[in-house]
Amino acid sequence: MSELTDLTAAAAAERIRAREIAPAELFEAYRARAAANDLNAYTWVADAPPPDDGSAQAPLAGVPVAVKDLFCTEGVPSQSGSKILEGYRPPYTATVVAKLAQAGAPLLGKTNQDEFAMGSSNENSGFGPVLNPWDRSRVPGGSSGGSAAAVAAGLAPWAIGTDTGGSIRQPAALCGIVGLKPTYGACSRYGMIAFASSLDQAGPLTRDVTDAALILRHTIGRDRHDSTSLEFPGEIALPQAEDLKGIRLGVPEELTGAEGGIEPGVHENYNAIIALAEGLGATVEPCRLEHAPHALSAYYLIAPAEASANLARFDGVRYGLRVDGDADLITMYSRTRNAGFGPEVKRRIMLGTYALSSGYYDAYYGTAQKVRTKIAEDFHTAFERFDFIVTPTSPWTAFELGSKTADPLAMYLNDFMTVPMSLAGIPAISIPSGLSEGLPVGFQLAGPAFSESRLLDAAYALERAIGFDGSEARG
Amino acid sequence: MATELSHVLDHIEKIRELDLEGVPPTSHVIDVVNALRADEPEPSLPREVILAAAPERINDGFGVPTPGAA
Repeated sequence: MSELTDLTAAAAAERIRAREIAPAELFEAYRARAAANDLNAYTWVADAPPPDDGSAQAPLAGVPVAVKDLFCTEGVPSQSGSKILEGYRPPYTATVVAKLAQAGAPLLGKTNQDEFAMGSSNENSGFGPVLNPWDRSRVPGGSSGGSAAAVAAGLAPWAIGTDTGGSIRQPAALCGIVGLKPTYGACSRYGMIAFASSLDQAGPLTRDVTDAALILRHTIGRDRHDSTSLEFPGEIALPQAEDLKGIRLGVPEELTGAEGGIEPGVHENYNAIIALAEGLGATVEPCRLEHAPHALSAYYLIAPAEASANLARFDGVRYGLRVDGDADLITMYSRTRNAGFGPEVKRRIMLGTYALSSGYYDAYYGTAQKVRTKIAEDFHTAFERFDFIVTPTSPWTAFELGSKTADPLAMYLNDFMTVPMSLAGIPAISIPSGLSEGLPVGFQLAGPAFSESRLLDAAYALERAIGFDGSEARG
Repeated sequence: MATELSHVLDHIEKIRELDLEGVPPTSHVIDVVNALRADEPEPSLPREVILAAAPERINDGFGVPTPGAA
């Protein structure tokens, strides 16, 4: 029998159902690896398997899940990667985490992330950077870097993260795993420590497409605690497509051309996957997304604007850090926030406050929301002719720690090909598509709202044809 | 940080070159009309549980320094 931690989550669930392994045995195998990890992927690891509550009979069979730090988990540290929430143990659990537990996937640990999910390298965490298991001198991507590194390195069978502008897809690409951002509203945001509420969405980070479908199946649905959550039309089917016959793929020149600055190795891989898709029966044609190159600018107005409002709650009064203010309230506020927030969070709060200020509101925030309308319209038009839009997930493979920290704008360009889908609220998946100079490359497919089952099917057919082997990262 | 922010703003400024005359701003990205739910009371978290996380507690409330003391 192969190592327990080499199994995909679905395969491990099969073994449990066949009574070949016990849930507690699987939990302990991962718990021990997670606790001993030297990637800084976790901020907290469970100290024992949960009591046997019959989860082996539940749909997810007791296969434990790693959860991004920003999901509130009752009695367990939930810090969103920030010193301002160091040691905070919330009194309730996020809906998505509760749904997974109910379906038989107990909490294995909390994973490191960029502070308040702001970042593309995990270097903005208040608890230190996460290392990429493929090359420890490199970043795992971000902001769900801990979740991605944990799954890639075999420190978790699967994980959940959140994606605001690429924070599931980009780290999945850089770590050689699958990452899915669902349609906005598909999963409840209740209990997710908010970054940008009109963009934040929870989703799976997994070894393969089937595992992603399984997590999605058990996390979607309307939640009375989140008025933006939606009743998902239909069920999430387990993917089974063997080819791409009749599937029309659109290649957006605006994103895949020179402006995105795509590395040659990534571009070469992208072209190879396109050829592979054609071999599987897909038709591939260029498509227009005229406003997509402006998505990054619109995003860096909308997301900071929403963040500046959401982060106003961290004021040293109800929970988290407080720094003494010489008996003055305003001094206490400003000292607490100055000590508790890291530089990227401060940068975005200032940018967002500026974009929302009187006299600049129309010129910045208002304009950005109009651009957002145009970006969504472009996708809508494109989906009249195409089933999916395909791009590389990230312009480059995992980069060296520290190589982009001096220039925020260079860091933001990580998200050039993932942000347009976020602004349009549509689902997109990144699958590992090969290696470039020994480092994983991701291939992104995006579909219309609520097309997740079809999207997973197409990704599954490609996954089988690519035959990516991620075992090297598990050591 | 001021230089970095100016650099970012210069990049963002590019969207102001677009012709967006008559384009409605996005209010919600997925087409939904209204989000209503039944007005059913349910228990809140107990006061003790909430106050347990407070940096400073005074009786049954959150303690804060006096506004405008300085």
